Amino acid sequence: MTKTGTTVTAAAPPAPAARLPRRRGVELALIVLAVLLSVYGYCAVGLARYGTVPPGAAGYGAGLGVLALLAHGAVRLRAPYADPLLLPIAVLLNGLGLVLIYRLDLETPGARAAPVQLVWSTLGVALFILVVLVLRDHRWLQRYSYVCVVAALALLTLPILFPPVNGARIWIRLGGFSFQPGEFAKVLLAVFFAAYLAAGRSALAYTGRRVWCLQLPTGRVLGPVVAIWLLSVGVLVLERDLGTSLLFFGLFVVLLYVATGRTGWIAVGLLLAAAGAVAVGWLEPHVHSRVEEWLHPFASIEEGRGPGQVAQSLFSFAAGGVLGTGLGLGHSILVGFAVKSDFILATAGEELGLAGLSAVFLLYALLVERGYRAGLALRDPFGRLLAVGLASIVALQVFVIAGGVTGLIPLTGMAMPFLAQGGSSVVTNWAIVALLIRVSHVARRQYDGKVAP
Amino acid sequence: MSRYIRHAAAFCVLLLGALLVNTAWLQVLQGPSYGGNPANRRPTIARYEQPRGQILVGGRAVTGSRDTGEQLRYERTYTDGPLYAPVTGFVSQRYGTTFLEHAEDRVLAGTDPMLAGFPLWNDFTRARNPGGNVVTTLDPAAQRAAFQGLGTRKGAVVAIEPTTGRILAMASTPSYDPGELSGNGPAVAAAWARLNDDPEKPMLNRAVRQTYPPGSTFKVVTAAAALDAGLVTDLDAPTDSPDPYRLPGTRTSLANEAEGCENASLRYAFEWSCNTVFAKLAVDVGVDRMREAARGFGFNDEGLRIPFSVAPSTFDTHVDRAQLALSSIGQYNTRATPLQMAMVAAAVANDGQVRAPYLVERTTRRGGGLVSAAGSRPPRQVMRPQTAVRLRELMCDVVADGTGHNAAIPGATVGGKTGTAQHGVGNSGTPYAWFVSWAQGRDDMDARVAVAVVVEDASARRGDISGGGTAAPIAKAVMQAVLRSRPAG
Repeated sequence: MTKTGTTVTAAAPPAPAARLPRRRGVELALIVLAVLLSVYGYCAVGLARYGTVPPGAAGYGAGLGVLALLAHGAVRLRAPYADPLLLPIAVLLNGLGLVLIYRLDLETPGARAAPVQLVWSTLGVALFILVVLVLRDHRWLQRYSYVCVVAALALLTLPILFPPVNGARIWIRLGGFSFQPGEFAKVLLAVFFAAYLAAGRSALAYTGRRVWCLQLPTGRVLGPVVAIWLLSVGVLVLERDLGTSLLFFGLFVVLLYVATGRTGWIAVGLLLAAAGAVAVGWLEPHVHSRVEEWLHPFASIEEGRGPGQVAQSLFSFAAGGVLGTGLGLGHSILVGFAVKSDFILATAGEELGLAGLSAVFLLYALLVERGYRAGLALRDPFGRLLAVGLASIVALQVFVIAGGVTGLIPLTGMAMPFLAQGGSSVVTNWAIVALLIRVSHVARRQYDGKVAP
Repeated sequence: MSRYIRHAAAFCVLLLGALLVNTAWLQVLQGPSYGGNPANRRPTIARYEQPRGQILVGGRAVTGSRDTGEQLRYERTYTDGPLYAPVTGFVSQRYGTTFLEHAEDRVLAGTDPMLAGFPLWNDFTRARNPGGNVVTTLDPAAQRAAFQGLGTRKGAVVAIEPTTGRILAMASTPSYDPGELSGNGPAVAAAWARLNDDPEKPMLNRAVRQTYPPGSTFKVVTAAAALDAGLVTDLDAPTDSPDPYRLPGTRTSLANEAEGCENASLRYAFEWSCNTVFAKLAVDVGVDRMREAARGFGFNDEGLRIPFSVAPSTFDTHVDRAQLALSSIGQYNTRATPLQMAMVAAAVANDGQVRAPYLVERTTRRGGGLVSAAGSRPPRQVMRPQTAVRLRELMCDVVADGTGHNAAIPGATVGGKTGTAQHGVGNSGTPYAWFVSWAQGRDDMDARVAVAVVVEDASARRGDISGGGTAAPIAKAVMQAVLRSRPAG
């Protein structure tokens, strides 16, 4: 891969307009607000349950605050023009996730997850700082796109060698730690897709023969991409992790469309997706049962076997109503298995209500929007595609898992970014935010007055 | 490329919109129906999340709550479980509620909207009112006298205040400790299985849920019908009744246990319980007037609530004259709950007026504020006042020098009627001993208490079972307890 695509859209370098303000003070103020909100949530749980502020409130607030301030310091030092909303949103979502997990820990005194999650959050922030400090220019990644794809495939293949956990071979267990390498693969694949499509997008857009009303690209260009995509999807089907498979596919289609502008790709993509989904849903019993549970969430109740997980999750959301029961006062623990990870949103829905849940969704939407805005403002195609790809990962992941637990689409096991218990997920999401910080820094520094980032 | 990025962004907005719309639909529109799904455990959890309100007897709570810290958190405790079990019933996390715990559940559990200070405020704050209290009409001394009087025998006692209908005592034996059923554990399941398998049926409230053939105590109703109909105008005039009495249209002859029943006066027949006299009287009264009289006292009423439901006492109205004759001496298909027979005695004591019996004086908020009070219900005149006066005279005679002498209380006016009801195939079962009575203290304006006692005791020898011998002393103890206590109001 080369840097050939870097100057395609930079048509006429304009006279440097007035530079954008750095807005680091705004970021700091918002971070303080995010930490305070998290500490408030932590206290609200304790007050609701025991009538007192939990003893760890100060330590919890201090820990989160120090992490956030360190991250802020790194941004100040190396990415002073970065978007001021990205970091506060990440801090707030991470803090809220810790509150929700701490709250659920009260119901399962034997299996505390919040301390481990805090350790993983620290690791995530450390990776964030590392990326912000070390990665001076995101285009540097473009050179290593093939390293990225090999690493991604290796990470995806690795868990096949390990025993399955809860029906899916996506975990690696070493000692007391377990992590999902597929989470890291997402970022690596996004980098690869962005780099590859940035380099070959003119070829993809303008060559190839026309079939019916669809403009197909030449196999020479498309071949490697489709092959890698098929490979990763194949691996995922083998691992029975449909959610990540769906995410990769969506990411691929979005980036392909953004790179080429061919609506035909969307059509082909959707057809492929539909065919794949039907085939997998029909053939794979694990997935088939998920589809059945989506179509008839209360079937198990009618059969006298009690409510299934999706039904319990729906009960949880329904119990929340508009304003929620209040932190610590819901009964989302009835969801049972995976209540702290895949179903964490049920707790948010029940205890924060539609109001709180909408706020959480809007936080994600804002995060995605900042990513897209950075993509719009950037001039190099790789950066644009990388920003759009990373933001789309967040958007698609939120949709797939939130849609799954609220009964909008079949449930696929995935982690709600930042909220859910799961170390690999938190670390990966901090890496995504770090990359977005980097590209937004470039985008805002080279602001040309055309597209406001 | 910017255009396509915007398109992709629009796609993301679409996804977000779908999520928001679906969540709003789920949380706002589907909320109530999912909340009511029987598989949803939340209502059950909420129900036991706070201590339940108390049931009060004589100003003192006979219930309590124990914090288990489990998911279904508060469990019910009872201070005198077996004594009050027929009144309180139980609250079981596993097996539901019965009796007052069931009938007043909304107040006790705090879900009654009347408990809220401001309407809709709790819907907004999602708070639940603390459970309210249920103040019963029971007189603890009378209740204890009834329960101890029954002792190890099987039976039931009901005492009511004739002028108001307040239930002063309601005992049923053998009893059980309802606290054993509080909770959800294996011990509860074991207790449930043991109590249900027990042939003595300790969970049966014999006072209101079991009907017995009332036997001779039903003669009070027959006498009232005959007096009201004017068939007997002089209590001491001989009635034209043979002994034995051949049931009309049959070859069966009805005999008496007592002597001297041929052409006996109503006073003598009532005092010594002549079957022949009352059988013939009933046939003369006729089925229509007998039916009206029985219905007036409360027979064949399926809607009685005190506030829990009462098994309907029955007086068969599709009978020929022979069946009518048997029905009117409390046999054939005539069946009555002890509560029903207490109402009969109360009607006599209360100038022929029946007051609907009730068990709950008032319900209050935890702090004491009134939620609802037992309003005075209209009385029902079931016989002429003059008839009541004469029946009182007859019943007093039974206690003064008839079969009910065991119930006499010095310094008080006591009227009663014994009954020994045969039952089983060919009357092979051990007869039920009945006694219904009322008592009025020397200084009282009105009769203070009406009592019905039934004792079914398989272990006793047949000869020992009789209304006057077995049941009357229990009734006496209960009446004494009421007369000794301070008059209500």
